[in-house]
Amino acid sequence: MFKYMRQSNEIEQIFTTINTSAISISIKNVDVRYNNVAVIEGVNLDVPAGQVTALVGPSGCGKSSLLTCINRMTDTVAHCQVSGEILVGSDNILHTKTDLGILRRKVGMVFQQPNPFPLSIFENIRFPLKEHGMRDEKSISEIVETVLTQVGLWDEVKDRLKTNALQLSGGQQQRLCIARCLALKPEVILFDEPCSALDPVSSTTVEKLIKGLTPDYTVLMVTHNLAQARRIADHVAVCWMQSGAGCIIESGDTESIFERSIHPITQAFCKGDQG
Amino acid sequence: MLNNYRPDLNSFLIWLVAILVAVLPIMMLWEIARDGLPHLTLSFLLDEPSNAGRSGGIFPMLVSTFWILGVCLLAVIPIGLGCALYLSECIQAENPIARWVGLSLDVLSGVPSIVFGLFGYAIFALHLGLGFSIVSGGLSLACMVLPLFIRTTEHALRSSPPAYRQAAEALNLSFLGFVARILIPSASRGIAVALIISIGRALAETAVLIFTAGYVTRMPSSLSDSGRALSVHIYDLSMNVSGGQNNAAATALVLVIFIILINIFAHRMSRRWQT
Amino acid sequence: MRTNRFVQISLKVSALLAASVLLFILYFLVQESIPLIKTLGMSAFFQGGWYPLEGEYSLTPMLLGSLYVAIGALALAAPLGIVVAIFGQFYAPVLLGKVYRGMVELLSGIPSVVYGFWGLTVLVPWITYWVPPGTSVLAGIIVLAMMVLPLVVLTADSAISSVPRNYIRSAQALGLARWGIIYRLVLPVALPGILSGIMLQSGRALGETMAVLMVTGNVVQLPEGLFKPVRTLTANIALEMAYAVDSHRIALFISGLLLLLMTVLIVSIAHYLKGRRFA
Repeated sequence: MFKYMRQSNEIEQIFTTINTSAISISIKNVDVRYNNVAVIEGVNLDVPAGQVTALVGPSGCGKSSLLTCINRMTDTVAHCQVSGEILVGSDNILHTKTDLGILRRKVGMVFQQPNPFPLSIFENIRFPLKEHGMRDEKSISEIVETVLTQVGLWDEVKDRLKTNALQLSGGQQQRLCIARCLALKPEVILFDEPCSALDPVSSTTVEKLIKGLTPDYTVLMVTHNLAQARRIADHVAVCWMQSGAGCIIESGDTESIFERSIHPITQAFCKGDQG
Repeated sequence: MLNNYRPDLNSFLIWLVAILVAVLPIMMLWEIARDGLPHLTLSFLLDEPSNAGRSGGIFPMLVSTFWILGVCLLAVIPIGLGCALYLSECIQAENPIARWVGLSLDVLSGVPSIVFGLFGYAIFALHLGLGFSIVSGGLSLACMVLPLFIRTTEHALRSSPPAYRQAAEALNLSFLGFVARILIPSASRGIAVALIISIGRALAETAVLIFTAGYVTRMPSSLSDSGRALSVHIYDLSMNVSGGQNNAAATALVLVIFIILINIFAHRMSRRWQT
Repeated sequence: MRTNRFVQISLKVSALLAASVLLFILYFLVQESIPLIKTLGMSAFFQGGWYPLEGEYSLTPMLLGSLYVAIGALALAAPLGIVVAIFGQFYAPVLLGKVYRGMVELLSGIPSVVYGFWGLTVLVPWITYWVPPGTSVLAGIIVLAMMVLPLVVLTADSAISSVPRNYIRSAQALGLARWGIIYRLVLPVALPGILSGIMLQSGRALGETMAVLMVTGNVVQLPEGLFKPVRTLTANIALEMAYAVDSHRIALFISGLLLLLMTVLIVSIAHYLKGRRFA
């Protein structure tokens, strides 16, 4: 039982020092299979540190599956096998000895449908902090204020921190989920189509927020909205279905993908001819 | 949804059947109310029975029923909640353990109540030496009510939005923390419904209690004392005590009123839970 | 999620405990019954009559009594129950349908002693007026049917509700008559669920103790007719357990075991029926 308990001052240190280095992700030859059917095959991708990388492509080519490998959420799916290497920083996180607690603190995830807990706004952030070992209530309150300010919610909700989070609007809920994620001081944040369930105005707010996360965090974002990718991504990777499974056909920085792409499919896709 | 058709022979017959079928039960309820109401006075509820129950009241029976229910719930809730949590959170539906547990509980819910009486008598009253007592009665009743409680609770837990599980997984929260702070509160209405219908079922039972909780009409002095439940009292007054019809009717009325209240309560709870 | 060994183990223990209640009961009844079965052999319990004080322990009169009353009740309750379910879903105005559903839920929760009490004080005298004595197979059938009916309605209602509404809409769009849609489309699709529900209720009918005890007269004899008294297996246990000793008591445990085994059989059949689909 003691293996799961960490020293509390170590936790306080992790949470109070400023994150100085976002880290890169390196995906090497990754396959994902559900029930022995390959969903993505032979994926190679380098996600540079401290920048926004967008993963674009038509629906069904496995972008979300790839994303969920990186924080090992694929472990929760029955009959799912992942092979290959995923280096977060310098560690291969697909290794069986990876500590999921540390991984999921370092790599946060924001889902398509905002999913705050049915608790108060304050508690939504406090609860994960307590679960990860933080004890000092004063630090917790400070972190709550910090992250809510970071996502632009503080002024909107500072007088009603104890009200139920489910009463917030969709855009506010999504920003709360981002704040909850930021509270754990991640180095990488994964976004799975974060704006597709939001109205255009909230979308814009969240997009600005994501853009503002660089260079302190590495962002990998799945989106099917090309214009959005163009707006906020520094790097783009294009997914496509080839021989029944998804793979990355081209990646590079935004401008070269949209203006000077090499692969014919990319050219057609970005012009809107296909997909 | 097919109700705006013109009436024809079939519909005439169906209406006839529906009305006739409603006659007997309604007549039954009305007669119990008519015969029992005159005797349903406050003193009836608060007095001890006298003259073998022909006159006097049912206070000791109310107390015994309450205690028996208490013991029953004390046994059912922890085991039932644990089992339901296990089935909904810890294993997949195809797992042979899940199937075996499910089948065992389904069969258990069909077992005749007298068999529980027999079992309870042999195990609790004789083997464990608890004799005719409230504890024996409560524990035997618990065996009988368990499948119903587990099935309903499991349903409530499974209906909790999967989004919460996903968020908890991505934040690497502890299982205990998730269950205690998020899952159970969000399923609380459904669990309350499970509790309420279990109480209803327990109140209606007679055969289980005759050989376990006993027949004695005096006020039970402790949990190891014998006590007569309301349902057993109705049985005794109508079968074994000549002239006991009136009080039997009144007791039946009390029991029916309890059941009606429980029904209304469960309805209210479940309606708010399902929206 | 981070799992805690202690929590996982205690949850598993509760599940196994809940599942093993049935096994305990089975084991225990078998253990109690074995001595007498060894001495007398299985056939002794199905031949002759029930004269426990003389060492004759045939369960046949009571078994037949239980079967007659249960089958009669089901024969009455099943068709009527299905009709009422159809009525509630397709014929009644929405409000009346809700009232019916509410009534049915209420009736399914009414204790069996209350049904028995009504049977004893109203039904039996009424039957006595026509054909004495009133306590009879008929009284048992009627009271049991009243008890089983609400549950048949509830299970049939939920089976019918799960028929996809599109089927009905497309039939309506084709201009089919109401009864035709119900009889040829809804019922066949809902049939496995309905049958499985009826199977389960037959288990309840066989296992019912108090109501039949109060109205069937409890005379141990082979059922001789609709208006003659009988004693069911369940009533037998309830009545004699209080004073039975030695072999007599074991014989009662054996009848309990018989009931348990019948239940296992019925529930398994009901499970199987639920899995089938009649296209």
